Amino acid sequence: MTTALDDSPTAPVLDEDLRTARRARGQAILSGGLTAALGVVGTALGLSAIFGEPRHLRIGWLLPLVGVIFDLGPLGGFFVAATGAVSIAVGIYAVGYAQREHWARFPLVMLPLFVAAMLLVPAAGSVTTFLLAWELMAAASLVLVLSEHNREAVRSAGAFYAVMTQLGFAAILLALVVLSAAGGDAFATIAAHTGGISSGTRTAVFLLTLMGFGSKAGLLPLHAWLPRAHPEAPSPVSALMSAAMVNMGIYGFIRIDLQILGPGPHWWGLTLMIFGSVSAVFGVLQASVSTDLKRLLAYSTTENMGLITLALGTATLLSSYGAQQVAAMAMTAALLLILSHAAFKTLGFLAAGSVLAATGLRDLDKLGGLARRMPGTTVMFGIAALGASGLPLGAGFVGEWLLLQSLIHSPHGDNTLLALMMPLSVGAVALTTGLGIAAMVKAFGVGFLARPRSAAAEAAREAPASMLTGMTLAAAACAVFAVAPVLFGPVLKQVLAALPTVGGDAAGPALGGFLRLPGIAGSMAPGLIAVALVIAVLLALGLGRWGARHRPDAVVVPLWACGADSLSSKMQYTATSFAEPLQRVFDNVLQPETDVEVTHFAESQYLVEKVTYKTLLADPVEQRLYAPVVRAVTSWAQWVRRAHPGSVHLYLAYGALGLLIVLVIAR
Amino acid sequence: MSSTTGLSVLSVVATALQVLAVLAGAPLVVGGMRQVRARLEGRAGGGIGQPWRDLRKQMRKQQITPQGTTVVFGLAPAVVAGSTLLIAAIVPLIALGSPLDPAADLFGVVGLLFLGTVALTLAGLDTGTAFGGMGSSREITIAALVEPTILLAVFALSVPGHSANLAAIVSATANHPGQLVSPGSLLAFVALAIVVTAEAGRLPVDNPSTHLELTMIHEAMVLEYAGPKLALVEWASGMRLTVMLALVANLFLPWGIAGAQPSVLAVPIGLVAITVKVAALAGVLATCEVFLAKLRYFRIPELLAGSFLLALLAVTASYFFATPTN
Repeated sequence: MTTALDDSPTAPVLDEDLRTARRARGQAILSGGLTAALGVVGTALGLSAIFGEPRHLRIGWLLPLVGVIFDLGPLGGFFVAATGAVSIAVGIYAVGYAQREHWARFPLVMLPLFVAAMLLVPAAGSVTTFLLAWELMAAASLVLVLSEHNREAVRSAGAFYAVMTQLGFAAILLALVVLSAAGGDAFATIAAHTGGISSGTRTAVFLLTLMGFGSKAGLLPLHAWLPRAHPEAPSPVSALMSAAMVNMGIYGFIRIDLQILGPGPHWWGLTLMIFGSVSAVFGVLQASVSTDLKRLLAYSTTENMGLITLALGTATLLSSYGAQQVAAMAMTAALLLILSHAAFKTLGFLAAGSVLAATGLRDLDKLGGLARRMPGTTVMFGIAALGASGLPLGAGFVGEWLLLQSLIHSPHGDNTLLALMMPLSVGAVALTTGLGIAAMVKAFGVGFLARPRSAAAEAAREAPASMLTGMTLAAAACAVFAVAPVLFGPVLKQVLAALPTVGGDAAGPALGGFLRLPGIAGSMAPGLIAVALVIAVLLALGLGRWGARHRPDAVVVPLWACGADSLSSKMQYTATSFAEPLQRVFDNVLQPETDVEVTHFAESQYLVEKVTYKTLLADPVEQRLYAPVVRAVTSWAQWVRRAHPGSVHLYLAYGALGLLIVLVIAR
Repeated sequence: MSSTTGLSVLSVVATALQVLAVLAGAPLVVGGMRQVRARLEGRAGGGIGQPWRDLRKQMRKQQITPQGTTVVFGLAPAVVAGSTLLIAAIVPLIALGSPLDPAADLFGVVGLLFLGTVALTLAGLDTGTAFGGMGSSREITIAALVEPTILLAVFALSVPGHSANLAAIVSATANHPGQLVSPGSLLAFVALAIVVTAEAGRLPVDNPSTHLELTMIHEAMVLEYAGPKLALVEWASGMRLTVMLALVANLFLPWGIAGAQPSVLAVPIGLVAITVKVAALAGVLATCEVFLAKLRYFRIPELLAGSFLLALLAVTASYFFATPTN
């Protein structure tokens, strides 16, 4: 009876709350469902373009003069399908995430729009359509990055992203305008007339696209927006950006430079290889010392895009020397890496998002102990981390294996360039895998295992079913890449056949149960390794049973606390301390700013009252390269400012002068 | 038994024998190394069989689960031991034609090796103690620097054989022994020797018999293990050492190993050959350890960077001096 009395005054408020919650739920389901549906459509369209006839669509009235042209071949279909698959997982996840994080209506509307824009980019069949779709994608993602714009960090990241993405767009715009001046508007027309394009134009287009697409793919030194924008964006958006949008940069390289303009000269491949390997090593190094979970994942994106670009460069270089078979192997590696990276990075960001939603924390130094509180999310992040570390049973393993094989087995003959470039690239890839393991062990071990390092982490609760379902889809994709890449064999074969300039006419590696390489006595069976490993671990568990009947009953005992009463969670290693040795080893590259301050007791110099340790790990490339540019632009702007002091007379004089100049030129 | 698949009953037997030999021999290798060391230092030593007796004692103790640890801590010893057993089944130790040889090349084997390292590192972090984290952090730093070197050295060796599959590398060396004295091969040997000592946690990188937590690497990481789980961890680390020594032995001294289609006599000869080779290598390693002091932790990366450079030179040299593919 008392409960009824207590309830009665609050009932209308509850009712109101319930209605709001129901409305929010409906909106979340609508937005997430639409995103997932777009993803399904994209995947289906992409697959039909890969295996069926190329699709062609022209909507003349949509744009004046040229119209909008869509032209979906196997290559575009590949990227459309990959983007679609990522969107399915993200869409389902967003249903739960948007409710939990109380998304406003604006991001809910923008999420499906962003996916639609991304699906349009690889489908574009002409320069104008491509640029339109590209700008739509950039604008939609920018708006989504800014969805939590009441935080200062988000606004700063948004400004950074806006400037860099628009500069990148300007470079692409310029490149494509130059290209279309030489060949026409539709990609098909340009491709048919590549013979008439001078080598100077080719070089200009390549360099400009390297800048524009490189900045979208997050390659060094144009990567700086990535570790800023990806952590600050809402997690489903980070997943879309990191797993799907950055791929568009790679698509641009392949489509414009390799498919339409190719085959390129030697130095194109060489340039791609250098940018790729530097990005891979730098990205993984930053990832291995960063303590922000989402920043770590963002740097890992730079690393993986670097590896993909390295594979593209290898294919281009080898193809330009006529080694088509190995080039086909490198290209297959690039395509496989794109897909597997999309799978494990989607999963990684979604899992990081459910940690963020449950604890409000991204800082690994404050997380921990999630394995007991969020077992589902922990398993998901574990699968993603295994994939990112490139170990067997992980999604990234097969792609990296193919890349290494193509580097090792490139025929070099007497060519000094190849004989020098290939070992150095192997070194870069090897260093990347080694450090990648350290980065991922840190992310998983410090963030999810051990004991919670803050009250927020202690109070974490498991994510709702829709978020777990979205993650499970991505995890299933990771598992397929890890043990049965054979399923993707037909897709890769079709796409490779559409890329004659990078080994497409040679037989690529056979992705059967055993991966076999043409012309090389090397093979690998990831599925068989997985099965054998499970058997071997069971065997080892059996070994552990030896002597079991002599044992007393098992007990649970406290951890050894060096004789003290109990361990506080402050005594654990944190992400910072875990990465400290690596930070010291790579001191020269990372250039950390460390500050140790020891305060002594006033009574004695020998007794320490407190020690303050501060370390700041800024991105050295950003500091060295960006700061001078920003300074120069600012001082230039100050100088230009003198020209408009506010006097109307002066402005009228400018107008007259401008008109005169135009008249003189136009005469 | 078609000759194309190269799978015969005897090669399956040889593979099973490899796994059993590693299982049974690993504690003996560890015991032998301790004995050599003890004798050189003027002590009597516990005898070669002491690790086996320790294992039996540990296996009969109570199972203990530290509070707050998860399944990661519980499963890690089995993952290390299991991955090492799988490696023992893949690599050519007694005979060349392991049925699993086409399933994983050297990149796969190195990956499996590091899967074990990662499992133990995560277990160290899972305990949530200062020492566990300390050991894990140090171990993963060393592993991150060791892996690139192993991959590079291994690929330097795979260039002459035009394959990264182990059987192909070993038989290429056996057929063309002249390759062993090529600059690429020699550089790769030195680089591999350094990283194997690092990865197996031997001096001068890590002291397996240390009792001072602050200097520990591997031992700090597994500090919370006791009883049967500790036994499994120690057994596994012995097996890792044995497999790595045997692999190095066969990569650089492939003689005595049975072929892909072994005869009944070749299998026991292969077993004897690999036993002698591993015993000799272990003896040399133990003797060297007597004269070495443990390096300060932050000097280790310098050593590993040196070996990375050697391995890079090895790959480059093998590229420059390699015979053309066709």
